[in-house]
Amino acid sequence: MSTAIKDIADNTPINTTAHSESAPDPHNGYRKYAIGGFSFERDEYFARIKSPTGTHVVDIENFLRSMMRDVAWGFFYGWVNFDEVIGTVNHYGSVDLYMGTYNSAYREAGTDYTERFDSQNLLACFKSMLKDWTNTGFDPFAAPLETGTARGPKNGNNDAAVDFQRELADRFVTLPGDSEIRTDERGFPVNRQFSDVSQEEPEIHAEPGFEGEIAAFNLFKYLSRSPVTWNPSIVSIVKNSAYCPTSEEHILPIDHGNDRVEWFIQLSDEISWRVGDKDSGAPRAVVTMKAGDVSCMPADIRHKGFSPKRSMLLVWENLTPGLEKRYESGELPPVPAEF
Amino acid sequence: MDEQTVFASIDNYTKGGVEITGKDEPWRYLFSNMFEVTSNSQPWERIVVAKNLEFTIEATRAEGESPWYTCAHDETALLMQGAMEVHFIKPGDTSALPPEDKEGAVRLSGEPQGAKMGHIVASRGHLTLLPAGAAYQFRADGLAMILIQSVLGDESIEKWAEICQH
Repeated sequence: MSTAIKDIADNTPINTTAHSESAPDPHNGYRKYAIGGFSFERDEYFARIKSPTGTHVVDIENFLRSMMRDVAWGFFYGWVNFDEVIGTVNHYGSVDLYMGTYNSAYREAGTDYTERFDSQNLLACFKSMLKDWTNTGFDPFAAPLETGTARGPKNGNNDAAVDFQRELADRFVTLPGDSEIRTDERGFPVNRQFSDVSQEEPEIHAEPGFEGEIAAFNLFKYLSRSPVTWNPSIVSIVKNSAYCPTSEEHILPIDHGNDRVEWFIQLSDEISWRVGDKDSGAPRAVVTMKAGDVSCMPADIRHKGFSPKRSMLLVWENLTPGLEKRYESGELPPVPAEF
Repeated sequence: MDEQTVFASIDNYTKGGVEITGKDEPWRYLFSNMFEVTSNSQPWERIVVAKNLEFTIEATRAEGESPWYTCAHDETALLMQGAMEVHFIKPGDTSALPPEDKEGAVRLSGEPQGAKMGHIVASRGHLTLLPAGAAYQFRADGLAMILIQSVLGDESIEKWAEICQH
């Protein structure tokens, strides 16, 4: 099925059939997976994805890092491009899995393929695959210098890593009943590349009766103890405005295609963002952000980050429901301010 | 090898930027540097450096004592440079408070009457909650810089053409 982007409409049928998985392969020990017209198998080096229009081969470590983010974020906002060929588009209840649909060469050749799934079914397929294909010693959330390899035949698993849950504050970290600060005791040691970051917490002098109403914490300490990369937490919510800070190192394993505006505030060090057209992937810009820089990511691009040293990034999101439809319809412009 | 985390300040920042590699224009990224913005600001001006519909992040140069403010919704203050105290009062006269649907911070004419809630002593990297309905005042002995998570309101200043790469 060749599909122009404009033809992927809201009335696209949703495949509600659950995935299937094979017994472990007798040679390498990995299971094979299938859902709808897609199938997935891995060998010692690669993941191999097949659709009715073709085959795509991906380095297994890159594939697992991409899939880890897609699973952990529940398909995230908009497009999660695993690479320039395959990925998902979140429709918030259903999700498109595609091959080549957002690559102009595939579309021109008519070899693109998209299928829409019930989100929970595709998530169950991806979770099972991630658990089966992740070997002992490989953490898909970790920077490459901090983890072992996923290559080779089946060798145990690492459920603790793939089941990692990011921390999402309801209102503000440290308020009663809300998220907590990160400490050694909670299993969050200081990362090797943030050993010089102050660990001092603010002084809170609450008058009697107002304990728990005023609050503060050391955000830089919190980030210095992040055990994962490219995986935002939420630390404060103002109405639908969410601070989603994260620590970054090496390469964002996906190209995130925006279905809404988001903002980056570089708190420390440096990240370069390679920006492309959301639909075709054609290059558009390189945004280099140093400490103190602020930049929006417009609603019509895809972006991929490169952080040569572990850095602190404040991702700022607008959680207002239905924004994706307002941008898609053109009601909202892709850039949040004009001058 | 000891790592050095690079933070910046009003007196010591290096700005990145936008390079165009295809069909695009630099202004669309609304690219600025918060320290450059506040190096050109008056104390306690709230310059909008990020905006997402009605929501804002505002950069404030902090020196001395700020006016007293209140707000109908939560805000937060992230100290990016220097040290500060934040003092809180629960206003006793609720008629002095903004209506519940008022967005953004409201500057008060002076210190409000009411119960002292306490204060917070913060340094670089500390994130402070400015809870809805409380009055608050920032106090900075030296030069400091605050990022405020808020909603576009009477105190918000937008001057994109001055602060952004284009």
